[in-house]
Amino acid sequence: MRKKWMKVALASASCVMAMALAGCGGGTTSDGNSLKVGVIGPLTGPAAIYGEAVKNGAQLAADEINASEPKFNVEIMAQDDEHDAEKSVNAYNKLRDEGMQVLVGTTTTAPGTAVGAEAYKDRVFALTPSASGPAVIEGNDNVFQLCFSDPNQGVAVADYMAKNYPDAKVGVIYNNADNYSSGIYDKFKSTWEGKGKQIYATEAFSDDANADFTAQLNSMKNAGVDMVFLPIYYTPASNIMTQANKMDYKPTYFGVDGMDGILALEGFDTDLAEGVLLLTPFTAYSEDETSQKFVKAYEKAYGDTPIQFAADAYDCVYAVYNAFDKSGASVEDDAATICEAMIKTFTGDFTYSGLTGQNMKWNKAGEVDKTPKVCVIQDGKYIEK
Amino acid sequence: MVRKKKIKAPATPKRLLKGAVKGSEYKREAFIAYAILILGYGFLQLGAGLGIIGHNLQGQFVPICVYVSLAISLNLVVGISGELSLGHAGFMAVGAFSGVVMARILETYISVSSVQLLLSMIFGALVAALAGLLIGIPILGLRGDYLAIVTLAFGEIVRNIMNVLYFGIDETGLRFAFNHTIPLADNSQRIITGAIGATGIRQKASFTAGIFLALFTLFIVLNIKNSKHGRAIMAIRDNRIAGESIGLDVKKFKLTAFVVSAGLAGMAGALFAQNYSTLAPIKFSFNTSVLILVFVVLGGIGNIWGGIIAAALLTILPEALRQFADYRMLTYAIVLILVMIATYNPTIKSTLQMRIHKVTSRIKKRRKETGKEVA
Repeated sequence: MRKKWMKVALASASCVMAMALAGCGGGTTSDGNSLKVGVIGPLTGPAAIYGEAVKNGAQLAADEINASEPKFNVEIMAQDDEHDAEKSVNAYNKLRDEGMQVLVGTTTTAPGTAVGAEAYKDRVFALTPSASGPAVIEGNDNVFQLCFSDPNQGVAVADYMAKNYPDAKVGVIYNNADNYSSGIYDKFKSTWEGKGKQIYATEAFSDDANADFTAQLNSMKNAGVDMVFLPIYYTPASNIMTQANKMDYKPTYFGVDGMDGILALEGFDTDLAEGVLLLTPFTAYSEDETSQKFVKAYEKAYGDTPIQFAADAYDCVYAVYNAFDKSGASVEDDAATICEAMIKTFTGDFTYSGLTGQNMKWNKAGEVDKTPKVCVIQDGKYIEK
Repeated sequence: MVRKKKIKAPATPKRLLKGAVKGSEYKREAFIAYAILILGYGFLQLGAGLGIIGHNLQGQFVPICVYVSLAISLNLVVGISGELSLGHAGFMAVGAFSGVVMARILETYISVSSVQLLLSMIFGALVAALAGLLIGIPILGLRGDYLAIVTLAFGEIVRNIMNVLYFGIDETGLRFAFNHTIPLADNSQRIITGAIGATGIRQKASFTAGIFLALFTLFIVLNIKNSKHGRAIMAIRDNRIAGESIGLDVKKFKLTAFVVSAGLAGMAGALFAQNYSTLAPIKFSFNTSVLILVFVVLGGIGNIWGGIIAAALLTILPEALRQFADYRMLTYAIVLILVMIATYNPTIKSTLQMRIHKVTSRIKKRRKETGKEVA
């Protein structure tokens, strides 16, 4: 019985091997005067919305650069990683086979940690638009973040609150099963308390119990909290706002970038979000001229309103382009040579101003230094404060 | 997938136990399986050395070895013992995380990284085998679908525990917690951080280590299959009542297969973990268990070298299809369906059978002739 299909298996085996080998030698269609920028993100699977945004944002930036008759072109090569570390390393290796010189990636943190280590070994310069976990850049001198790292969001919020709302009675509701949320909370707490301030109430929830917040809200109310910090994603945040409204509790809410998207949430009364403050690097509703231009171009090219990830990737490509131009490296250099030149430029006096921040600078650890943007929701729009 | 039970007239448990049946078939199977592994290793190493094979395929050498080992070890439960297990990724996870912790501890005592790797793999195997024993004792009395459900649940439990497990190391020793709000001492290094998993793993895995793992797994499984123990396991699989009637301890034999399989999966997990700098619990979801089961089913349940080929090909396939860009996963699904149809199609089967029969009979004839000449 088994013998029968063994041949089929062998035949298909040789078929696939041939394909694999053919794929390996796959040449690139390059005109010889372009910088090959690799992009890695989840283009399929549940996180695909982020990967697609990064790919589109990067492509848009490259198209703009190439249309401006530059000294050298930028060629974007995107690969899918399905938001999986193993697949991400495969995608990275595929890009290396295709001659990638600089990496803009990865999009998400777990794959970014794995790819960061590989890029460090192979000396490929990497600038991630949105992999915000601290492990992505840890120990890797050639991996840089364009976004705030998770803990730094906590610091930024504490600083902003201390400056603008010094008398607020602050309470926190966070998700203790989620690293993003607990990471921000930890750092917020230590920074806030380091300033001699007090957190009046702290309540946690987990992904399994994110529908009913009555207990947490009562605790906030009883402690007299008038500013609730929500380092969480927008879906549980919307539940919190709805239920607080029902119990006639009206504090000021403060969110982080995970709050971005609350206005687009179906079935949510956006009136409840009026006056919500949030820390976000980019909003599509900004009055800012460069943002407006970007949003229009993006909508024209992809028929979709850009999210923060698209803006991050757009900035990444421009930052890489500018830094490369400044570094004096040539597009004919190999990835390792470019890497050293780029590290030197990035950790030097290079600054970049774009959609997601002004005068961004990078330290040796790979973290970005930029002024955080705080927006307030007014009349269903983000208004920069 | 239900295994077809073919009751062959002469294969009574007693005859099987004596090893009188199919002795030469075992040899042939072992030969093919070893040959595939060794030749595959040789070809791929040669290709990598000559620069024909790109980074993409080279990067998959270790995962291929790991998946091949997992397919072989799962075959011990699904094919040889005849039980459906849907929790293989759970054992892999247990081995992976305990291997990572062990490797980190060993780094302070042993300087040779290959020794660290070897010891951590053995440790991963032991812990996973222990997990297999603990889960196996109460559940192996269950049959068929029930066992599948319990193993499925086991895999999910392991993943969920890993999601909240924090492990650190400092000068006083190991520290662990089930909630991040219990702070590990500030000067302790975190090894495992809840849902983020392990980060900063030193990458020690190599293709050679991978092939040794696959060969070792194959050696263990084939030897069990070809031993008195293995024949007892298969006798129970084919006819439980008959097995019991001649005094075989059903639970003991099933448990042996289950525990060995779990241990081997843990070993593979420990190697897999040390091929990347990071390891997240989400990797060991139900999907991974099913993926391993697909290797086994596509390779033919109980057919060890079939599983080896299936595991290797299905690992490479999604990568080889990258040129289809947006249609990659669609193409992958279509290819899978086509392979399934082709391998189980009676017309294709019969034509192939005829071809193979012709070839083999010709070889046999020639052998006989040459044998006579020698004689």
